[in-house]
Amino acid sequence: MSLAELLQYLVTGVTVGSVYGLVALGFTIIYNATGIINFAQGEFVVLGGLIFYSLYVAAHLPLVAALVLAVAAVALIGVLMERLTIRPLINSPVVTLIIITVGVSVLLRGAAKLIWGPEALPVPPFSGEHSLFVGSVAVHLQYLWVLGLTVLAVVGLRLFFDHTIVGKAMQACAINSEAAQLAGISVSRMVQGSFALSAALSALAGIVICPITLASYDGGALLALKGFCGTIIGGLGNGLGAVMGGVIIGILEKLGIGFAPQGYAGYQDAFAFVVLLLMLFIRPSGLFGRQRTEGI
Amino acid sequence: MRCPYPRLLIASCIVGLAVALVVGGGCAKPQPQQVPGGPPKVGEMPVPQPAGEPIKVGAIFSVTGPGAPLGEPEKFAAEMIEDAVNKAGGINGRPLKIIIEDDQTEEAKAVLAAKKLIEQDKVCAIVGPTMSGTTLAIVDSCQKAEVPLFSCAASAKITHPVKKWVFSSAQTDVLAVQRIVEYLKQQGTKRAAIICDSNAFGQSGAEQLRKQLGEAGIQIVDEEKFATKDTDMTAQLTKIKAQNPEVIICWGTNPGPAIIAKNMKSLGITAQLINSHGVANQKFIELAGDAAEGVILPCGKLLVADELPDSDPQKATLLKFRKDYEAFTGKPVNTFAGHAFDSLQMVLQAIRKAGDDRAAIRDALEQTKDFVGITGVFNLSPEDHNGLTKDAFALVVIKNGTWTQVK
Repeated sequence: MSLAELLQYLVTGVTVGSVYGLVALGFTIIYNATGIINFAQGEFVVLGGLIFYSLYVAAHLPLVAALVLAVAAVALIGVLMERLTIRPLINSPVVTLIIITVGVSVLLRGAAKLIWGPEALPVPPFSGEHSLFVGSVAVHLQYLWVLGLTVLAVVGLRLFFDHTIVGKAMQACAINSEAAQLAGISVSRMVQGSFALSAALSALAGIVICPITLASYDGGALLALKGFCGTIIGGLGNGLGAVMGGVIIGILEKLGIGFAPQGYAGYQDAFAFVVLLLMLFIRPSGLFGRQRTEGI
Repeated sequence: MRCPYPRLLIASCIVGLAVALVVGGGCAKPQPQQVPGGPPKVGEMPVPQPAGEPIKVGAIFSVTGPGAPLGEPEKFAAEMIEDAVNKAGGINGRPLKIIIEDDQTEEAKAVLAAKKLIEQDKVCAIVGPTMSGTTLAIVDSCQKAEVPLFSCAASAKITHPVKKWVFSSAQTDVLAVQRIVEYLKQQGTKRAAIICDSNAFGQSGAEQLRKQLGEAGIQIVDEEKFATKDTDMTAQLTKIKAQNPEVIICWGTNPGPAIIAKNMKSLGITAQLINSHGVANQKFIELAGDAAEGVILPCGKLLVADELPDSDPQKATLLKFRKDYEAFTGKPVNTFAGHAFDSLQMVLQAIRKAGDDRAAIRDALEQTKDFVGITGVFNLSPEDHNGLTKDAFALVVIKNGTWTQVK
């Protein structure tokens, strides 16, 4: 394998991986707020892409407007999901709530299929179908959009959590919800906020990647699985770890194809899960494991 | 570890995701659509009224489920033919009744549908199913019950080896690969790479490519696979790029091959991309956009009917079918409707000749000679229950978002 090839795997791996990372971050935010693993996370990604398709391709809105509106729409769906399916049962065991999210995922996927149809839909890349070439390593312009927006989202989130009252309140709820409540923070509002934030991040992931992968109603489950692997690798509950975990999965996946013997590349999805299992055997707390949810 | 049950939680999550994958895949099937124009109304027809016991022909199509883009046009074609035949006086003076079953693209449903058609409706022959999998699932039932089956599916396994009661009207991948290899030989190609879907269609294509490219002395420099739902194939293509092939042959159905075309463009790969007949539809051009330009693929002649020379034996049939179909359904014609048309017309021709006895129909089908259909010119025989040659394929290149014949 030549250096150019290796770099090419890294470039595509990091790009795909940062999408997994955003999904993983979405998992983490809801997990921190509620202890739930939200299985409808993949559907948020898919809905982001599909709604963006309707606004950008079908309704010809400008890029930024379509992007913001699609993210907002999915955030609203996240809020509705929390309000209608989680809130009424918030005192049930966590496992019950997790099963509910599975139900929501099936519902959203069915709705997406009814609305957008069963076939994949094309979304044009934001800056045209062009690539930059560094030597013989190709960097599609859309990759730069993916990476740029991911970094922006992660940095923005960091600032939000560290420097705003709402962000700090959310963190407080994650650390100890009872103490937060005693301090006058509305925990249920923060939970609602975490669903909105998580859905928005996943929608963003779906929007930036759909020009590369096409938008399709059934792409969510696999993305959610990969994102979940990222969450575990990064250590459940650790935001930055989750993003890193996602990127690691992306890179391993592409390298796995690169090193696989001829004809075995069709099994790339297995790599993520082999890594997940190894991780659980060897270091269940994740690479960057640090339990933020437990408090003292 | 401070979290009390992390492994249990994670294990239950994995199970949950798996359930979501399975359940979600099967949910919310679109309801069968109403047919534009509606069923033919008996009594409105002017000329010789068909009378007596109707002749019953069964049909099994994947009208819903993943096979719907194929099965729905097939259903329309069958309804169109039923309508036309009855308006023209029926078959040997008797009305034609086509009983259409939807197998929902599921093997088990196809088997049930076949059982119902054979035992309850007592049809004299069955047309379909749409897919290779569903066809292979009911082959045994038809063989055992001694009912002629005329499939619309393409797998070579349906007619090789020959099964006494089973026929197929779709071009097999053997012929598609023959057409491609013939072209590559003309071009003097020496080095090819192949990238195939890991599903039955892709792997059957890969098998034929390995065999026929080998026989033609064309070296396969790399062979890659992708999973049907994969959304990014840059890694596989990076591997292929390193081997520097002259052509890349891709075998799969949408959307995979469209993503590959886009990925190739973004990686700056200049090798000629050749696709299979699996993407011979407008959807591929729509999905791949600019990246579809210059892609070569074998396809049925229906797509390029206008460009065919007048000497082509199929030209008149193709143009008439396209006109009739579009008038009847209000939708653009499609290759799969052509498969149903061919299967059904050959069965009807056999019934006209031999009556509605199952064995007599089978024998008559086997004698079909020079039947000019939509897919090709059929010559069936006891040794060949498909009856097509590689001439059933035209080789086309995509230019300006449409198909043009490769000269």
